[in-house]
Amino acid sequence: MTSVNDKGVSAGGLEFEDQDLLRSIEDSGVGFRVVSTLLCLVILTAWVIFGRQILRGLGVTGLNQPVAWGFYIVNFVFFIGISHAGTLISAILRLSQAEWRRPITRMAEVITVVVLAIGAFHPVLDLGRPDRALNIFTAGRLQSPLLWDVSSISAYFMASTVYLYIPMIPDIALLRDRGVRPRWLYQFLAWGWQGTPRQQAVLERAVGILMVLVIPIAISVHTVISYIFAMTLQPGWHSTIFGPYFVVGAIFSGIAALMMVMIVLRRIFHLERYLKQVHFDYLSRLLLIMSLLWFYFTFSEYLTAFFGNEPSEMRVFYYKVTGPYAPFFWSMVVANFLIPAILLSFRRTRTIPGIFIASTSVVIGMWLERLNIVVPSLANPRLALPTGYYIPSLVEWVMFAGGIATFMLGFVIFARFFPLISVWEIQEGRKLSIAETTERLEGYLPDPVPSAATPPMTEGG
Amino acid sequence: MTRWGMVIDLDRCTGCGSCMAACHQENNLAAVGPEESSRDRAFHWLRVLPEVSGSGAEVKVRYVPQPCVQCDDPPCVRVCPVHATYLGEEGIVAQIYSRCIGCRYCMAACPYNAKVFNWYEPEWPGDLKQGTNPDVSLRPKGVVEKCTFCHHRVVKAREEARAAGREIRDGDVTPACAESCPARAIEFGDLEDPTSRVSELTRSPRAFRLHADLGTRPKVYYLAERD
Repeated sequence: MTSVNDKGVSAGGLEFEDQDLLRSIEDSGVGFRVVSTLLCLVILTAWVIFGRQILRGLGVTGLNQPVAWGFYIVNFVFFIGISHAGTLISAILRLSQAEWRRPITRMAEVITVVVLAIGAFHPVLDLGRPDRALNIFTAGRLQSPLLWDVSSISAYFMASTVYLYIPMIPDIALLRDRGVRPRWLYQFLAWGWQGTPRQQAVLERAVGILMVLVIPIAISVHTVISYIFAMTLQPGWHSTIFGPYFVVGAIFSGIAALMMVMIVLRRIFHLERYLKQVHFDYLSRLLLIMSLLWFYFTFSEYLTAFFGNEPSEMRVFYYKVTGPYAPFFWSMVVANFLIPAILLSFRRTRTIPGIFIASTSVVIGMWLERLNIVVPSLANPRLALPTGYYIPSLVEWVMFAGGIATFMLGFVIFARFFPLISVWEIQEGRKLSIAETTERLEGYLPDPVPSAATPPMTEGG
Repeated sequence: MTRWGMVIDLDRCTGCGSCMAACHQENNLAAVGPEESSRDRAFHWLRVLPEVSGSGAEVKVRYVPQPCVQCDDPPCVRVCPVHATYLGEEGIVAQIYSRCIGCRYCMAACPYNAKVFNWYEPEWPGDLKQGTNPDVSLRPKGVVEKCTFCHHRVVKAREEARAAGREIRDGDVTPACAESCPARAIEFGDLEDPTSRVSELTRSPRAFRLHADLGTRPKVYYLAERD
């Protein structure tokens, strides 16, 4: 008689090969408590600082009269961009039946949900009157791009949360059946999953609908965020390619963040058996393509501004290219294009450390890109006003750290209670995907030549 | 219908800045102090901007007083998420301080940088608070504010006209900036009325508007300086 708790043996008595995936849940060590306490301290500090900002006013930031938007808006765009890692990539990989997606999708979806919540809170940090934030609902003007954002982001948050949760149900049921504590949590979240064929059919159908639904919503989110800028008349913002430019940048930074997370978690939780070189290889090809695409968009955007030679556009252009923002502008080009393009193009540097460096560089580069978009346009007014400057205050840095700590805490808590890699999808892959892929591959091959040896099918007699 | 407008003669403007001072006094603008001013948080509804052109021995300076230009198609109104800024019936772009959430989208969208933000709770050092104008509401921290064309004076003038049993006439309303200008560079009146002083001046060949090419249809006209 094997008990359900007997590790290494599943309830059915078969060999359970995926013990590694549940280790973080079933024997969480001191590490979890130490790390989460530290992160909570950082987050608490950020909340205290935010409280002080509410009491004293936005004057505690480095914002000023021409540069009325700074770190908060930069980080808003940046975090929401990262959130495209997940759901979108996972949906595209599922939709295109990429078999190598199986160990990746769950982590990607977690990034989306956690980062989206952080990003969506940033505009509230930026409000002069956060106590009136609900005016958005009671007195909202749908004509304002900010309202488009509110609608689009809340839709994306709903969709991606459901899209994370639904494929998690069989794993939660597995934890329930193994008697993992807290039992009530898994009992409640498993929703009575027994793995019957009907339940499986419903699950597959739900995932199928969600993955199609989530793609247009994800694309709308970053398009609409770019519209906040593009819908104004300001030089450097009023551009028709901003929508797709932001979407490309979002997916780009999303893939990079995903690979960073994968490499770090693989190290911490010893997931080398699951996250193999091949997964990173494929993802880094995607990253390389996005890097080239990003460069193409950036080149088009700046060349158009330069060639048009409109005075107010040129003021912003030179501010970025040779002026005070030149260090940020050129490090953005290096971090987003040169470093990833070089490191990921050659097999010799496309190793795990190489990919980690490239991904980190892209995440930093995309943050710089957001900074380069938000601040220079505001610092260079159309009228003959003096050029503005912006130096973020310590308050804004602390809030930034708080955002990153929240991201990490989200992952730590998730890893403590749920498997970071979808167990049932891995098992399904082992059981079914070789047969399925073979069948699919055979479907791609040309039909055999109809030979005289086999008599042709007769129809109708 | 009245459409309030302003004409500023750049030939007459001496750049003395009395309009700015009068505006501060009239509209209860907070005293920001030198420290905050040096951090680019100086607070004006109207600013006098020196524009330098030419170089070497041919340097020319002109002073351009800039209130909110009161667009007929205001970019700030288009982007506001909560109806906190709107185009009034008589063409004045107004701000509702009690509704504004302080997102500063209107400031980012305004091509004239006409709006200002209360970074801290507004302060009046010493007994300056006793000198505030009772006709103009004080603003709380965290909201955006802007030039109102001295809307309270418009209201007052209309009531006086009604009490006297007549229509409001050209010259009944003078905003604080126009009133204080020693060179009489600023005229204010109804642009719809073809006989008003401002209407006449806008037909001058010297008349131009700031960034009229943006399609915002500003109602502040300037008269270019003669050589």
